Amino acid sequence: MPETIPADSVGLVKPRVLRFDQPLRLSSGSVLPSYELVYETYGELNNNKSNAILICHALSSNHHVAGYHSMEDRKPGWWENVVGPGKVIDTNKFFVACCNNLGGCFGSTGPASINPATGKPYGPDFPIITVRDWVESQARLADALGIDKWAAVAGGSLGGMQVLQWAVDYPERLAHAIIIAAAPKLTAQNIAFNEVARQSIRTDPDFHDGRYYEHGTEPRRGLRIARMLGHITYLSDDIMREKFGRDLRNGKIDFDYDVEFQVESYLRYQADSFVGKFDANTYLLMTKALDYFDPAEKTGGDLTAAFKSARTNFFVVSFTSDWRFAPERSREIVKALHDNDLNVSYAEIKSTQGHDAFLMKIPYYLDIFKAYMERIERYAENNSGKGR
Amino acid sequence: MTSDTNNTLRPDLAIIADWIRPTSRVLDLGCGDGTLMAYLAREKNVSGYGIEIDDQYIAPCIRAGVNVIQMDLDKGLAEFDDNSFDYVVLSLTLQATRYPDKLLAEMMRVGTEGIVTFPNFGHWSARIQLALLGKMPVSRTLPNEWYDTPNIHLCTIKDFERLCRDLRFTILERHAVDHAHKTSLGLRLLPNLLGEIALYRFRRTSGGKGT
Repeated sequence: MPETIPADSVGLVKPRVLRFDQPLRLSSGSVLPSYELVYETYGELNNNKSNAILICHALSSNHHVAGYHSMEDRKPGWWENVVGPGKVIDTNKFFVACCNNLGGCFGSTGPASINPATGKPYGPDFPIITVRDWVESQARLADALGIDKWAAVAGGSLGGMQVLQWAVDYPERLAHAIIIAAAPKLTAQNIAFNEVARQSIRTDPDFHDGRYYEHGTEPRRGLRIARMLGHITYLSDDIMREKFGRDLRNGKIDFDYDVEFQVESYLRYQADSFVGKFDANTYLLMTKALDYFDPAEKTGGDLTAAFKSARTNFFVVSFTSDWRFAPERSREIVKALHDNDLNVSYAEIKSTQGHDAFLMKIPYYLDIFKAYMERIERYAENNSGKGR
Repeated sequence: MTSDTNNTLRPDLAIIADWIRPTSRVLDLGCGDGTLMAYLAREKNVSGYGIEIDDQYIAPCIRAGVNVIQMDLDKGLAEFDDNSFDYVVLSLTLQATRYPDKLLAEMMRVGTEGIVTFPNFGHWSARIQLALLGKMPVSRTLPNEWYDTPNIHLCTIKDFERLCRDLRFTILERHAVDHAHKTSLGLRLLPNLLGEIALYRFRRTSGGKGT
């Protein structure tokens, strides 16, 4: 709980909800007749709407990027390190928006929402949403906010993948693309991890084929294991050694199956704080969106060809200790971009934190990110409609 | 825009900039703070990328509006396609690479023309320090002690030209300059003895595509 709101925080913020009644045709062929998106915005939109930045969130996060919902909040939004007044994404200069993705469990329409056709929660009947579908729904959010062109679309991990898709699907609607700790598509190993997570949820006796809402249960055990597995892939071997080593909670081996090593305690804590906050069906859906993501789908797997009509300026960042989406994966993106003569800058950040590094306060990372943001500030300024 | 002013390019970079045709596509290996690429973009409408590994130069490149890609040249240029640039520049970096011969071959795979500059180890002061004083040379262009230097592959003008022959490169232009980056009659007559920095522009020998 913040005693007082720090001066470099956007402070107390309120999510808003927009309802869309125009049906959304999804990649799967199904149609969502109507849906709601919950979103937050920070900062002021300028006259020409040239200073708008869209942030796309990752697998388990949401629209609450920065600030606090109440003085009772234990923690600020997930990218508080980056977004705020005077920060890397400076809310004194930019209008920042982020929505909870469709299929989410933080207020946007998702598997736990009521299916108007049945009057019951969608559950497994909620259609699988792809990254392309998210981009489509975000484009409609942009329309609703009156934004023709984002100064930048930014995101890390699965968020970065949405940025890539934006650049492919709406090249004229973003000036800059910021893609952090992402990959152009998942590897077999990535998909394998997702499948273990899904199996742990789907084989939980409380899952009831996804209709657990109606049974008044929740596949807590499955979701816990899925989250533990996820956390292992978000950290690096080095940071785990540094943080936990082989430290024992009670200082000695007890020869039983309770929590003994600190790392076990950490994983259980992460798992416990996840269940109750996150919906298992949404977890399944998000992992599928990851698995299916492939911006080169329409170009026969040729990523270079996929970016042929892109006109955006790109900033790509990776972290050396990220083995989930390793630097080599970002380099594949960079190659496809320079093959098309597109403007791209790429930085590889030395870090020990693993995939989660994109959320951390790493000085070099924040420094180059800020340097790039200054370019976007100039873009916003030059197109603000005010005389220079 | 940025604080750097026009037409104050370091003389060796000015020679390189003179060699590069307007609107061409350039890959600058070891681009440092992006001075050359920013100049070429501004003055000659050149496009392309700078490659740099050192963290401290990435933000300055980005601020200067240079497309910079942070990567290790010692790992090669595999991600760049054949003949994708008009020029590949390697300025005062050759001597710090692990595999100079392989990198030069890569430059000629990726680019039509190569531009290389390096500190000439055949300069008289280096020769004197080694021959008469019996110590590893230290100079303005090579200021590091032998045990603490990024410069692990020093060569002379003669050495470099022999390597170009072996790699079947045709040298199109050569400049040797002193520490003030100026040339003179003496430098033209005795480049390997009087030149502190050597500058070369070359291409693949036609007919012999080489490796």
